[in-house]
Formats: sequence, C-alpha cells, structure tokens
Amino acid sequence: MMLLVENLQKAFDGFVAVSDAQLRVEKGEVVAVIGPNGAGKTTLFNLITGQLEADSGRIIFKDENLVGMPPHEICRRGISRSFQIVNIFSRLTVFENVRVAVMSYNKSTFNLFSRAKDIAVSETEDILKSVGLFGKAGRISGSLSHGDQKVLEMAVALGNRPELLILDEPTAGMSPEETRNTLELMKLLSRDRGITILFCEHDMELVFSVANRIMVMQHGRTIIQGEPDAVRNDSQVQEAYLGGSDEGT
Amino acid sequence: MSDNRSAWKALAPWLAVFVLLLFAPRFLPRFHVYLFGLIFTTGLLAVSLNLVLGLGGMYQFHHAVFYGIGAYTVAIVITKTALPPWIGFLLAPVVSALLSLAIGLICVRLSKLYFGMLQISLGSLVWAVVFRWYSFTGGDDGIHGISVPDIISSTDGAYYFSLILTAICLILMQRIVNSPFGMSFQAVRDNPVRSEAVGINVKRLQLTGMVISGAFAGIAGSMFVVIEGSVFPELMFWTLSLEIIIMCLLGGWFTFLGPMLGAAIIVLLRTFVGIYTEYWTIILGVVLMLLILFLPQGVLGYFLEKFNRSGMKPVQEEK
Repeated sequence: MMLLVENLQKAFDGFVAVSDAQLRVEKGEVVAVIGPNGAGKTTLFNLITGQLEADSGRIIFKDENLVGMPPHEICRRGISRSFQIVNIFSRLTVFENVRVAVMSYNKSTFNLFSRAKDIAVSETEDILKSVGLFGKAGRISGSLSHGDQKVLEMAVALGNRPELLILDEPTAGMSPEETRNTLELMKLLSRDRGITILFCEHDMELVFSVANRIMVMQHGRTIIQGEPDAVRNDSQVQEAYLGGSDEGT
Repeated sequence: MSDNRSAWKALAPWLAVFVLLLFAPRFLPRFHVYLFGLIFTTGLLAVSLNLVLGLGGMYQFHHAVFYGIGAYTVAIVITKTALPPWIGFLLAPVVSALLSLAIGLICVRLSKLYFGMLQISLGSLVWAVVFRWYSFTGGDDGIHGISVPDIISSTDGAYYFSLILTAICLILMQRIVNSPFGMSFQAVRDNPVRSEAVGINVKRLQLTGMVISGAFAGIAGSMFVVIEGSVFPELMFWTLSLEIIIMCLLGGWFTFLGPMLGAAIIVLLRTFVGIYTEYWTIILGVVLMLLILFLPQGVLGYFLEKFNRSGMKPVQEEK
C-alpha cells in the first residue's frame, strides 16, 4: 500500500467540503478520482499534499501519517502534484520553472555561491524533452498558451522525481490534441518510469482509458472505489454521477 | 572559449569604472570624494535591501535598523571597549545578521503587509532603546568623534575603504542573486504556494534571505561610521527605511544595480537641492510622481528594457 486515506474530513467555516473520504493507492497504479463539481476532489488533493490540514482522519503514505505536515515536507517524501488552475512561476522561463523543482530535489536550494546556470541542467532538459516543451525552454512561462502551461504544470511536478504524482484535472481547458498528448504522457510516465499516478478529471473517456482503479466522490464522501468496470456498473454511481445530466466541465 | 570571452566582455566596462574610481580622488575635489563615499554606502544599503525586496518580494519595511545597528556596533566597540577597532568592523555584519535573525524569526510567520508592519514595530522598538539608552548609545545625541584607524580616517582613506568594500559586497551579492538560492528566492517571490509544493521550505528561505540582507546592511552601516565619524538614532528611524525603499523603486527594483543608481540620485538631490531649500523633498516628490507615471520599472529598469537586456528578472518575452 502506497497511499491510504481513511475517514478524512475537512470543513471550512461550517461548510463540510470533505466529510468522509476513503482512498487506497497501490504502488504502480493509476488511480482516478471522479465526481461532480463540488464533490471535494480538489480539497482531497490539497489535504494529501498539505496545502490544507485535515480536521480528522488519516493519510498514510509509506507507513507515515501526513496529517499536519507542511507541503514541502510532504514533497520531500516523494509526493508531488500539479494544480487545477495553472500555478507556475509565471515570471520565470520554462526552463527555470522546472529547474526550481529539480534544485529543490537535489537539495541545492540553499546553495549560495554556485552558479545556478550550471546546476540541474541535464535533468531539467530531460524532463522538458519528455513532455515536449524543450523547444520553448527559454520562453517566459507566463506567455505560453494555456495548454502549454498545463503541460508545464506537470513538468514542474516531475522535477521532484515523485514516486506518487498527483494531477488535478491535467487536461482542463486543453484542445483535443493536447488532451491526447497528455494522456499518452501519463501512460508513458506510469509504464516506463513506474510512477504511481493519482488524478482527477472530468473527461470520462480519458479516465476510463487510463485508470486502473477509480474512486467516486459525491458530497464530500467516497461512494465506491474499484475497477473501472465495477464502477461503471455500480447502481449508486450511475444514479449519483454518470447518469446525471448536470455534469459540469 | 567563447563563453570566457563573453564573460570578459561583460566584465570589462565594470573594471574600467572601478579603475576610474580608484583614481578619482586624484582629480576630484575633497567634497566630491566624500560624496562618492556616501553614495557607495547608501547604494550598498539600497542594494542589500533589494536582495529581499526585489529578489525575494518581501516587504522589508524597516531595513534601516540593520544599517543603524551595524554603525552602532562599530561606534560602540571603538568608543566603549578596549578591543581593536577592526573587531568592530568584523562584528558589524554579525550583529546585524543576528538582529535580522531575531526580528525575522518573529516576522516570517506573517506574510506581505503584515510582515512589513510587524517589522516596523519591532524595528521601532530597537530604535526607541537606542534613542533612550544614554549611558550606552549616547541616546538622542548619538556618538560623535569616533576615531577610526588612521589608514581609513582621511577623506581619501574613507573613500577607498568604502569603494573596495562596496565592490566586494556587490560581487558577493551578484553571486548570491545568480545562485540556486537566488533563483529559488525569485521562485518564492513569484509563487510561494507552488514553491512549497516543490519542496522548498519557504519560511526558512525567507529568513535566510533576511539574514544575508541584514549582514550587508550592517557592512554599509560600518562604512557610514568611517565616512561621517559619528552615529545617531536617525540611522535607524523608520523614515530612512522608507527612503531606502524609494531608492530601490527609483533605480529599478527588478535590476541588480538599480538601487545603487537610485541611492546616487537621492544623495545628490539632497546635497545639491538641499543647498537652496530645506524642502528638497518637494523635488523628490515630483521626481517620484513622474517616475511612477512614466518609468514604473525605475530608471535603470527603463534603460535595460530599452536596450533589451534582461536585469535581475527577465521582463520581456524572448523573441
């Protein structure tokens, strides 16, 4: 068991965003979290990676409880993430964006007298090549197209060489072609690099084509987690989510 | 190696400026030599502030305290102890760094404006102690007639002392700006949330930045003692802190040397317009208004942009 989330709860000023989340992620799996808007998916991810602190419940990653740990400590333990709304270093170049993460992974963040130019160059180049952004390495990241910025989101997360990569709606706002490329990239990362992936997504086609297992959330609680077929055929899910016509994007 | 050659090419103008400045006392009147020393000191102070303000995006609202403490450290070691004066100069950056650490430990818990406001209150506390502690700091009179070592006591000696120290400090700070630490500091400025998510301990990074910046401010403070021969509580009053921030904005706070230029402009304005009217700040106010309206990048920022050279941060999209 790589990640285990049990009875997780989080409320904001009385509004319960996550009331009872359960999640299991095995090493090497690709796990999707789905659910209607407002189901608590992003909050769940923010709880796992420490941007928010859970009110109660447990998040066990490799036998250690992450609840109460600051984000940078969680990242150091091997979890990195991308954000749903683009959250990059918009005034730095594409290359510098990824290098910040690589330098953090290499523990050279507090190195005062080396030249940053000479550090983490090949690792950063490799990552940019693997995601297809190498040709735009020198661009100021804030000037990229939305699709490219979403890809850079992932590239920055890869800079920390995660064991568990968490992607919050990796294809939101992407063109069909960009979505296809991202899907291929996710498969590649999982297959060739053995990275465990946890993601949430509204694009059902994408979810069912890449996920080994799917967890469904509604109103802040986990309805079911299982194989894609089991989830597809679950009556509760059909009623609550897949059958619902008000699915947002 | 073409890389080496371009490095030399970039360095050559600075070397020329430095050599020119080395010979400046031979042909400049004494008053101008003194003014240059003051510009170096104030400029170093402004550049040190910009390390946290421009590079790190931290609202360091009371930077003058670290400058003042550096100056007082030298003054007190020389006038109140039997220690060799040089110890004072060595201690100045250390004491300033320690004060930065103490104030920083309390302030970095907060962010942005709250950080700045708390820093002003803590800094003012230090000022109040210095202002009232007559037996130790000379109170509101300050300490005058501080006899620095002979070699740096003349106008020329003080000039060379400040020139060389400023050059060394600028080289060190330039290295820090371009180091992994400097890059990470800029990343934190741009996006603290993401920085944490990629594993950077943001608070620790900011605290480190404050300590480094404070140490350089302390060195600037020790230079002030050599040039003026006295210290007084105004050195750490909050209005001076505001003035340093204005220097950074005026010169261009996204450039490395902009604050140095801003400091030069303000020192010269105060000196030469100050001859005609004690209300020289009216001129400063007008200059500032024009600047905010027409050169929001600051003077140096404007010229760098005009010649399409990137400063401390790349402002423009590459072609």
